[in-house]
Amino acid sequence: MAATLYDKLWDAHVVAEADGKTLLYVDRHLLHEVSTPQSFASLREDGLSVRRPATQLAVADHSIPTHDRAKGISDPQAAAQIALLERNCGAFGIEYMRVDGPDHGIVHVVGPEQGFTLPGITLVCGDSHSSTHGAFGTLAFGIGASECGTVMAAQCLWQMRAKTMRVTFPGQLAPGVSAKDMALALIGQIGAAGAVGYAIEFAGEAVRALSMEGRMTLCNMAIEAGSRTGLIAPDETTFAYLKGRKRAPQGTDWDQALAFWQTLQSDGKARFDCEIEIPADEIAPQVTFGTTPDHVIAVDGAVPANRDGRLTRAIDYMGLAAGAPVEGLEIDHAFIGSCTNGRIEDLRSAAAVIGRGHVHPRVRALVVPGSARVKQQAEAEGLGRIFVQAGFEWREPGCSLCVAMNDDRLPPGARCASTSNRNFEGRQGIGARTHLMSPAMVAAAAVAGRIVDVREWPQ
Amino acid sequence: MTPLVRVVGQAISLPEPDLDTDVIYPARFLLITEKQGLGRYAFHDRRDIPGFPIQDGAARPILIAGPNFGCGSSREHAPWALADYGFRVIISPSFGEIFYSNCFRNGILPIRLGETEIAPFRQAASAGGTITVDLERCEVGAGNEAPIAFEIAPDRRQALLNGWNDTMRIQALHARDIESFEDRQRHAAPWLWLNG
Repeated sequence: MAATLYDKLWDAHVVAEADGKTLLYVDRHLLHEVSTPQSFASLREDGLSVRRPATQLAVADHSIPTHDRAKGISDPQAAAQIALLERNCGAFGIEYMRVDGPDHGIVHVVGPEQGFTLPGITLVCGDSHSSTHGAFGTLAFGIGASECGTVMAAQCLWQMRAKTMRVTFPGQLAPGVSAKDMALALIGQIGAAGAVGYAIEFAGEAVRALSMEGRMTLCNMAIEAGSRTGLIAPDETTFAYLKGRKRAPQGTDWDQALAFWQTLQSDGKARFDCEIEIPADEIAPQVTFGTTPDHVIAVDGAVPANRDGRLTRAIDYMGLAAGAPVEGLEIDHAFIGSCTNGRIEDLRSAAAVIGRGHVHPRVRALVVPGSARVKQQAEAEGLGRIFVQAGFEWREPGCSLCVAMNDDRLPPGARCASTSNRNFEGRQGIGARTHLMSPAMVAAAAVAGRIVDVREWPQ
Repeated sequence: MTPLVRVVGQAISLPEPDLDTDVIYPARFLLITEKQGLGRYAFHDRRDIPGFPIQDGAARPILIAGPNFGCGSSREHAPWALADYGFRVIISPSFGEIFYSNCFRNGILPIRLGETEIAPFRQAASAGGTITVDLERCEVGAGNEAPIAFEIAPDRRQALLNGWNDTMRIQALHARDIESFEDRQRHAAPWLWLNG
């Protein structure tokens, strides 16, 4: 029978079934400092060990500072949390990528970078943006801390099979429009809960044309549409990205794996529970105006009418009014980074927009590479110098201003153009106002001092 | 985990849609590595708003939430904080999926009901009336009105009724299934087993 990619991945990982649920085998688990302290504590309470330590990989990313690392971590609570992760990994035999090491970075950036993320596997992490890894044809989803403990001890989880949704992007993106805009356009169309209960597969010409970085951005944001899972069938782009990566299969293992990976696509006659089509050539650069990612409009659009008062709290919080344009809004901060847009291609597209420009005097702008390797590569390509000369702060890798758990936080009322994934109230600091957009849009806004349409920006 | 069989008490109504886990449990408190005592941080940054119903000492066992409650981050601190604050039941038209799943592992029963079915419970919450949730019968009712049925996956119901620990149960009941899966996969996809 014709099967979707999701069904193929699911069916290949069934350990047992009962009551309409599946005990699903988990091939890989990524750990970070925030969602695992309580998981390790429960392992200790129950006297359990880690079943397959080699399938687990840990890195600290949420609470680490992104500057002055040589001085150590000034927040004692953050320092203790990070030290606890390292200690727990040591005690349970899990590899930990040190903060001062060459492999450090955001968990969803280093997983693929290391070749830890592979097509055809199941991968989980105590972080909702685990959907990122679906860009490789990986069945990946975010879980809670209790489930992290279950995966460590038992290597599987009871899960309910999702319904399937295919989101097809026919046509090609216009210049200045990127995967971030595709993701935001989808969320704007179906809503922040539009894909709850579904696993999304992204398809179509514009998806096939994306690099791995763009595909990761797209899948990363699937959770913001309510889906725990975003998927893209692996292809030559995927295989070329993975070949030679540290933890990817080598030699005859590679050949055998590749033969399997090439079967990982939805069958031609496979039926999806829901089909959405968004012509790629009709997508404009997107900007959020409110406090959930579905409060989003094209950059040349206006804040929608506040029908039945549903937007009152959001637009008050954002200091806006119904009918107001977003283009031209003055910003105080700009943030380029996060597991959504902290990869090398994101930094390239931001740097390309800066040209000979300089950050506007009112604006404080941060560029935070997603990993130490991204940082190193950006510096080798001369991007780091472009950012620094233009007045951007060039930081160490980490989640930084995406989640404001570290010392990168915005003051109340501050307005920020951000490449991150969430514009929730207080997400970048108490009372801070976040406008989500692509790296190119943030770079242009940083230089202009206000939100601008990157399509009309001199390059 | 504390078993949950029957909950009788007053409710708090919070109809705002899309209340995300950042609002339920602000990120800066994620540096805490314990899971006890987090109730004081539940909706921390909303508590200074006059009339916001979640305040110190206002605990009630049932929360009547708006649609898409608990969307966003997977942080289990959100249900830990709500449980520590005193909630045992959350009723909403829809939930963020990871949050929904996290509730069961922490002795919280999340109940999905349509907007019209929820209306009487909202009224009861505002009027200070009593709501009765019976997990054995899968029914919820306000005051003397006839209770209505809710749906819940049978295994999740059993786990809550018995206070089961997921990890221990998987290990006790499915150790052989896991081993035989691993034997098959080691043969079919050896590249996933290079280091054990």
